[in-house]
Amino acid sequence: MTEVPLAYGLILGGILFALGLAGLLMRRNLLFILISIEIMLNGAGVAFVAAGSRWGQPDGQIMFLFILAAAAAEVSVGLALLLRFYRQRHTLDANRANEMRG
Amino acid sequence: MILLWLIVVLVGGGLLAWLAARIHPLLCRWISLAAVLVDLALALFEASRHLSSGNAGMNTWFEQVDWSWIPQFGIHFHLALDGLSLLLVLLTLVLGVVSVVISWSAHIKALGFYHLNLLWILAGILGVFLSLDLFLFYFSWELMLIPMYFLIAIWGGERRTYAAVKFFLFTQLSGLLMLIAILALYFAHYHATGVYTFQYTALLGTPLSPHTAMWIMLGFFIAFAVKLPMFPFHTWLPDACAEASTATNVILAGLLATTAGYGMIRFLFPLFPGAFRAFAPVAMTLAVITILYGAILAFSQTNLMRLLAYASISHLGFVLLGIFSGSGIALQGAVMTLIAHGISTSALFIVAGSIEDRTHTREIGVMGGLWDTVPRLSGAGLFFALASLGLPGLGDFVGEFLILLGTYRAHTAMTVVAACGVLAATFYALRFVQRAFQGPNLRPWRLPDLALREGLTLGAMMVVLLWLGLYPQPVFHTFAQAANHLPALWR
Amino acid sequence: MLGLLWLIPAIPFASALALAVLRFPRKVVAWIAVSSIAASSIISLLVTFSFLHAPPAGNAYTEVLWTWMRVGDFRPEIAFYLDPLSLIMVVVVAFVSFLIHLYSTEFMAGDDGYSRFFAYMNLFVASMLTLLLANNLLLLYLGWEGVGLCSYLLIGFWYRDPENGLAGRKAFIVTRVGDTAMLIGLFLLFHDLGTLNIQELMQRAPQHWHLGAGAAVAAGLLLLGGAVGKSAQLPLQTWLPDAMAGPTPVSALIHAATMVTAGVYLIARTHVLYSLAPPAQFAVAVVGAATLLIAGFSALTQWDLKRVLAYSTISQIGYMFLALGVGAWPAAILHFMTHAFFKALLFLAAGVVIQALHEEHNIFRMGGLRKKLPVAFWTFLIAGCSLAGLPLITAGAFSKDWILWGAASAANGSMGFWIVALIGILLTSLYTFRMIFLVFFGEMHSEVTKKPGMAMLIPCIVLAFLSIAGGYVKTPFAHFLETALPWNAAAAGAVHISEIGSETVAGLVFLLGLVLAYVLFLRSRSYAASLTDNAAGAALHRFWFSDWGMDWLYDRLLVRPYAWAARIDKGDLIDGFYSGIAELNVLAWRVLGLTESGRLRWYAAGIAAGSIIYIAVVLFL
Repeated sequence: MTEVPLAYGLILGGILFALGLAGLLMRRNLLFILISIEIMLNGAGVAFVAAGSRWGQPDGQIMFLFILAAAAAEVSVGLALLLRFYRQRHTLDANRANEMRG
Repeated sequence: MILLWLIVVLVGGGLLAWLAARIHPLLCRWISLAAVLVDLALALFEASRHLSSGNAGMNTWFEQVDWSWIPQFGIHFHLALDGLSLLLVLLTLVLGVVSVVISWSAHIKALGFYHLNLLWILAGILGVFLSLDLFLFYFSWELMLIPMYFLIAIWGGERRTYAAVKFFLFTQLSGLLMLIAILALYFAHYHATGVYTFQYTALLGTPLSPHTAMWIMLGFFIAFAVKLPMFPFHTWLPDACAEASTATNVILAGLLATTAGYGMIRFLFPLFPGAFRAFAPVAMTLAVITILYGAILAFSQTNLMRLLAYASISHLGFVLLGIFSGSGIALQGAVMTLIAHGISTSALFIVAGSIEDRTHTREIGVMGGLWDTVPRLSGAGLFFALASLGLPGLGDFVGEFLILLGTYRAHTAMTVVAACGVLAATFYALRFVQRAFQGPNLRPWRLPDLALREGLTLGAMMVVLLWLGLYPQPVFHTFAQAANHLPALWR
Repeated sequence: MLGLLWLIPAIPFASALALAVLRFPRKVVAWIAVSSIAASSIISLLVTFSFLHAPPAGNAYTEVLWTWMRVGDFRPEIAFYLDPLSLIMVVVVAFVSFLIHLYSTEFMAGDDGYSRFFAYMNLFVASMLTLLLANNLLLLYLGWEGVGLCSYLLIGFWYRDPENGLAGRKAFIVTRVGDTAMLIGLFLLFHDLGTLNIQELMQRAPQHWHLGAGAAVAAGLLLLGGAVGKSAQLPLQTWLPDAMAGPTPVSALIHAATMVTAGVYLIARTHVLYSLAPPAQFAVAVVGAATLLIAGFSALTQWDLKRVLAYSTISQIGYMFLALGVGAWPAAILHFMTHAFFKALLFLAAGVVIQALHEEHNIFRMGGLRKKLPVAFWTFLIAGCSLAGLPLITAGAFSKDWILWGAASAANGSMGFWIVALIGILLTSLYTFRMIFLVFFGEMHSEVTKKPGMAMLIPCIVLAFLSIAGGYVKTPFAHFLETALPWNAAAAGAVHISEIGSETVAGLVFLLGLVLAYVLFLRSRSYAASLTDNAAGAALHRFWFSDWGMDWLYDRLLVRPYAWAARIDKGDLIDGFYSGIAELNVLAWRVLGLTESGRLRWYAAGIAAGSIIYIAVVLFL
């Protein structure tokens, strides 16, 4: 079985990360923003796993597990905040959440 | 050990007074008065012990306490007393007693905390006068700052926050410069000798290139110049004085300036003789500008406290001039001026505070004709205004005369200009007397004259000024013993 | 007996202190104040007898009380020095002070500041005596400033009227301008000669400085600056006329008899210095000559009785300066003494008149008081004759003729000075009799409301006696002063006139003035009016009346610019710099605050952009 070259994994991770970032910046809906963040995290995770397999080390996969845990925690807190926000504002528009400026 | 007690009594007394205020306000006042009086008694005991013995001049220091504090960095807890510190310690404690006494009857919010601050700032000032370890000196220097910030910010007038923050920024920033200078000196000393130490006596001989010495000296100088305050770093003082309460003003104008003068005498020349000499013409020019600028601005002020603050700045210009003139006579005069100015300016602030208590104004235009209703208070105001304008026979004259006499040798033209500062003092002092006490009593004011306690305080200060003016020899004698071990300098 | 010397200033000082601090009933106040000065006078007489009877070694006696300060080589003492010069001054000052104190007990009787008044007066006498007895210039300076202070306090004694306070302030400040010069002179003397002890200075000066040395001239001129301020000479004479705002006894004591002659004393005391510095001494003579003329003309135009006397005082002190300047040292001191008598008397008698007319100062509203106030009239007349120099009889004639003769014949004298002094005599005679004719002759314009009591009249009578008798002591006086002040008359051959001739001319000029005054101010006032009717006359009158415009000049040149500079900088322009820094911070805060929009996605974009830039920098640079 031939190994997938490292570059492919990194390019895939990069594309995922860029897609997530673009979504984060372009979408106004908080739910989509959360999803975009998940995609970015997964992009980073792909890069870790690819790098781990390239060096034959388990560290990459361990890091991915950490990322999964962090993402789960982040999503749970994020969704809770999102729900509270929706209750108050009856909208998920991120631009309406600007009361903490200057 | 007495030196340690001097500080401990004040720090402990402050804490006790703070606690006692919860029991009874009077208890708090008595405790703080007792603490300062005990300290004064200790200092007088010290003075009598060392001044009466004939060979006192032979010993470099009267008394020392030297413990290792943070040995890794060469930091010591090193207190020492010589003639110069003894004089200024006595001045501090006398004015300390005065400031406790004049706060006696005033209604003061958070009484306990007030006295805590009052006593702690005195402790900080004593620390400055007694420390022989530069780290401890810096520590005390900053310790003065915080209680003073609170005193202005909590018990001040309308714009107290502005004044307090301004005071804090000026002194804190300049203090940081000094910290950098101290550290630079510390490392320079390490490079030269391989020993880390903050000890004053050890640092005295540190070899420095002229360039480095100048920069390090400037760090010290600016810190002292801001505290003095010297033109153009003076603008915090009028604002602070305009907002602070009377007792705070006594310490602010009477004592903080003294710490600056002390620092210049103790550190600048002994540590950096070459840079000091090179810098002297600049410092003397600034001193002359300070004298005249302060006098002119004092003339135009209508707020009594600001007037006195600018007058104080003008007088402190003489101190700066005397220190940098490089003459022994002028140096003696500078010490004398520090003491006499401390007393006379404090007394003027007390008079101004008494007027404010009665008339509820600080604007001299609104006063007028007070002699009619409060002759004793007005007489006291006249007396101290005369001291301020340099009437012979009072302490201020002796100091300023000696400064000018000594400076004449070094720089004739500057002496002539500075002598015009004495003349300019006449303008603002007489304007103050004229506007506040003379003229018709238009309002008309009907006010109570000096109470016994105020009268006794001011009377005692008058006696001290007369004593300093007519028989200043004890002061010179005491200081001469310190001058012995200030390196062969001010000739 | 000489050991009692220190009591002479100490007793008035103690009494001043007691009066200032404690409260006494009026009777006790008067008693304490007068008796303290009486005690000083008696002690000064005792000291005089002792001094004359058994002169101390060197004809001088020094009493050291304590060392004032000992700083390096600067060691002034609190010490008193008695020699013929200070002895004469002390006796005259103590005695005249005593008379004026006695007079004041009645003059000030109705005033509510009775105790304060006498406290200031006693303090003044103490300071003046300290000034005279000081053995070093620093102690002299203490007395010098002390008398200036008391002068300030007493001019502004009636403080409720702001005008009085301003007059006092002006007096203090103008004299202090001179004092500052003097202070610098002290620095110069100490720097060059290493001491401030007067006798040591006088010994060392000739050793260190050759004749006409620059330092000597500078020192002489600087001391002259102090003397000019205190003695109200050109160009610092402007304070004295305004000083008349004070109570009349004050004008008599401080602004006529004693304090204003302190400058004369200072120059006489340091005469060795001036002998070493001919340009400085010449300046003294020129100042004196110019002042005596300028003040004489101004006196002619005043309508306020006390201001006439004030200008007259300035003019007479001008004579003393002239005498000092030409080197007729004892003549100046004799004129000081006779002037103290007759000028004090003029003021005291004027005080009687002013109080009798209910505080009327305008001489044109007086008149015809000869019958109503006979004692005041006769004493004023005697003093006036003494001032104008009625020959042979009055004391003033002796001293002034001596100065006139000195102006021509003394070491630095010249005929120019002689002529100026002669014109001065004409002016003096003219304004004196103008005053006398307007006040005491003619018809009455105001009612007499108060008759003087004995306490006011006795001093007048005693002084009237002295104004006549004081001149007969000229010869023993000069002899007595010999050890302190040299007098070598008729030195040069440049003298074109004999002493008798000079005195005769002076007598004639006096008569001319008297006749002129009679014609102009008593016989037909229309002549006087016609002089000022035309434009030129009126302008000249105004010019002289306003003291030759000097007040105006100083106001424009010095006072206003100073006040202007102070006013525009009231808010402290330097503070603008620090406020500027603070403002800059606030501005930066506002600008950076704009980026904090609260938009979540902007922040995210910012983070992303920042990361990209950072990575780019790390990778490509």
